[in-house]
Amino acid sequence: MSRFEPRRFLLGLAAPVLALLVAVLVTSLILVITGDPVADVWSQMLKAPKPGQATDMINNAVVLYFSAIAVAIGFRMNLFNIGVDGQYRVAAFAAAAVGGQALLPGPLNIVLILLVAMATGALWAGIAAWLKVTRGVSEVISTIMLNSIATGVVAWLLAKVAAEQSAGSNDIGTKRLPDSSHLDGFVLLAGTQKKVYGLIVLAVVVGFLYWFVINRTRFGYDLRATGRSESAAVASGVNVKRMVLSSMLLSGAVAGMVGLPLLLGENYNYGTDFQAGLGFSGIAIALIGRNNAIGIALGALLWSYLDKQAVTLPIATDVDDSIVKIIQGVMVLAVVIAYEVVRRLGKRIEQQQVTRELAAQDRQPVAEGASA
Amino acid sequence: MPSTGTAVELHGITKRFPGVVANKDVEIVVRTGTVHAVVGENGAGKSTLMKILYGVQRPDEGTITVNGQQVDLRSPTDAIKAGIGMVFQHFMLADNLTVLENVVLGAEKLHGIGAGARKEIERISQAYGLGIRPGDLVADLGVGARQRVEILKVLYRGAKILILDEPTAVLVPQEVDELFDNLAELKSEGLTVLFISHKLDEVLKVADEITVIRRGTTVQTVDPKSVTARRLAELMVGSELPTPQTEDSTVTDEVALRIEGVTLGASAGPKVLDGIDLTIHAGEVVGIAGVEGNGQAELVEVVMGMRDANAGTIMFGHTDITDWHTREIREAGIGYIPEDRHRHGLLLDAPLWENRILGHQTEEPNVNGLLIDAKDAKRDTDRIVQEYDVRTPSIFVTAGSLSGGNQQKLIIGREMSHTPKVLVAAHPTRGVDVGAQSAIWDHIRAARREGLGVLLISADLDELIGLSDTIRVILRGRLSGEFDPDTVTAEELGAAMTGADTGTHADTKEEGA
Repeated sequence: MSRFEPRRFLLGLAAPVLALLVAVLVTSLILVITGDPVADVWSQMLKAPKPGQATDMINNAVVLYFSAIAVAIGFRMNLFNIGVDGQYRVAAFAAAAVGGQALLPGPLNIVLILLVAMATGALWAGIAAWLKVTRGVSEVISTIMLNSIATGVVAWLLAKVAAEQSAGSNDIGTKRLPDSSHLDGFVLLAGTQKKVYGLIVLAVVVGFLYWFVINRTRFGYDLRATGRSESAAVASGVNVKRMVLSSMLLSGAVAGMVGLPLLLGENYNYGTDFQAGLGFSGIAIALIGRNNAIGIALGALLWSYLDKQAVTLPIATDVDDSIVKIIQGVMVLAVVIAYEVVRRLGKRIEQQQVTRELAAQDRQPVAEGASA
Repeated sequence: MPSTGTAVELHGITKRFPGVVANKDVEIVVRTGTVHAVVGENGAGKSTLMKILYGVQRPDEGTITVNGQQVDLRSPTDAIKAGIGMVFQHFMLADNLTVLENVVLGAEKLHGIGAGARKEIERISQAYGLGIRPGDLVADLGVGARQRVEILKVLYRGAKILILDEPTAVLVPQEVDELFDNLAELKSEGLTVLFISHKLDEVLKVADEITVIRRGTTVQTVDPKSVTARRLAELMVGSELPTPQTEDSTVTDEVALRIEGVTLGASAGPKVLDGIDLTIHAGEVVGIAGVEGNGQAELVEVVMGMRDANAGTIMFGHTDITDWHTREIREAGIGYIPEDRHRHGLLLDAPLWENRILGHQTEEPNVNGLLIDAKDAKRDTDRIVQEYDVRTPSIFVTAGSLSGGNQQKLIIGREMSHTPKVLVAAHPTRGVDVGAQSAIWDHIRAARREGLGVLLISADLDELIGLSDTIRVILRGRLSGEFDPDTVTAEELGAAMTGADTGTHADTKEEGA
């Protein structure tokens, strides 16, 4: 038996494809029931995006990618960091406030912004980790609560440090980053002036590091072992409390990066109009991408594609763009179910294969030993 | 014994899974009012057969006849209707509910959930001498009592034919005897028992007839009165058994592990471990006998650093490791064969080579600095698979897809590969077939000759007597008595394990230290 098994690969691919089909089916059904034009909606959704739109999709996906990786770090050891949403907002605010002061010249300020964002995200997630390790508080509960606390804290601090209000707007925000701290990115797709966020590079680096640390390092092994069986991990010498603390801090640090592409490449400050809710999409994308660095990238692109295609839906078809939320929701549910079904199926097939191959070995005892 | 008719007849039962035949032409005839044992090695097809009889799986060919009528069992519900009940090896009881609540759960329609059900439970308990009180909380019950609750659950649902899957695996000798008394009671009331096991002496003791299964098919049905355990084992494995050899002592003066005054538990109330003193020398196997739940598991966890003792010290050679963390203890050279390999010994969803790393994440050949050295780990896994005869098609299949015996051989191979100075082995051959058992014993004996000190926890007296240089008995968290395995009898050990020798155990306590 070889390392690479086409069957396992196909099984892995079957789950997301199946989930997508189910999502399409259920959504179509809903459209039929509500008497909406099914064909029109799908032709609109499947219309090839223009280069400008495509760039938007990529940019949105970059942001979602950080969010989903942050969630996935926790998932890999059965930690549910529902608090990415709060973590990135607190982090983005802190980074914007510090960055706006222009304490360091040029690119150094960008590095400072990055570090402040990571540290703040880690700190905010660290509260939940600390509560879990010392008091046994479920991280699900504490991170959800910290999300809501984050909203309050950021609003309050924003009012304190707010720079001048722009004329005719109720929006307040932190001081604008100096021009030298802007990362406007670069034009990726021909046929548009729109630029892809410069931090797409950071996303690729984070994705690679995520894969490398989880799969290639001792720390990653301990983390995965804890996720697979905490009791076995403890018996193998893993200090589970320390693992909870460090993985939560890592997750928070990555969560801290979620807002940076927006801060450095689009908004240049943190204001009341800063995009919210990115943390929750991250949970869904981590599920769809199966905590896999590449899978999450594809999931983020798909998610972002659906988000952006929906924008024109009401104009073109008179169907509200909330239908996309239904597609996304059904997809996540279907994907979770499909993965579990595929996992069980794979397990059963493997068991049968082992029995079969052992029986075959028994019949010809000359060919001894394990053939790897 | 009354044996008027047949309770169950299986004829020509064949069950294929894609590419493999789990059962082939199985022929079993179980007479009413008898205890019929089905024995076979792990993976011989016993469980598949019982699943077929309990309606969990359907046979591809063959017929099932219950009480003279051919039946088609599509689900356990059908089986229960036909009067067949199953007591699983792993109990399915809710700890925080009472016996009554556990029994009526899912069978509320039979006798309600109140006085009627209570009366019925008391009646069944009386009739079969189960000694179960409906008001007791299951959490307070011992293993034997829990098993009787499971039996009662099945009887409550009207079963006349009981399937017991490896019922003695979780019991100690005294409890086994009680169970056998219960089975005799059931038999005398005209019920039929199908008893699945691979413990041959027990089968010989309790069964009226024994059917041997090998490689999915029934080999022979024999009369326990006219067959020896050895002959049965030979039927099971299909070959001659190796004769156990007595070996010279390899015990040295060098202390490998010294446990002094280890105590676990709050200062008030009973202690889980109470002043444990124990010394293991290099080349010595110290066996701990005891009824399960008397502190064995906790002793292992304290030694392995998974729990902190409230008092006492643990010396590894000349080093005090009392406060060490599990990882440091394992790195220092204490190997660990956990009691529950699924919970503590393996990552069932991970491939074999990743399981080879488990417990030795910081040691050669698994790592290279801070990185996992997958290449070397894989190569070494291949070596373990070869040397320890782990039966697997490859090292890339998940640990969960192997049989229990092969999982255990992998664990033994892994632990031995790091040349431990001390091995903590908790029930090293539990749930393992005869072939794997003798292989595991040989590995432990070989390592002992090389100077390994072994702390052996076991419920299998043959294993304790066959492997140990010294046997200690643990009772209510205290070590009592020290026995020489060459001269001790099972009766003596049994008495010490239950405290029947109360007069002496307090005095002999200090001897071993």
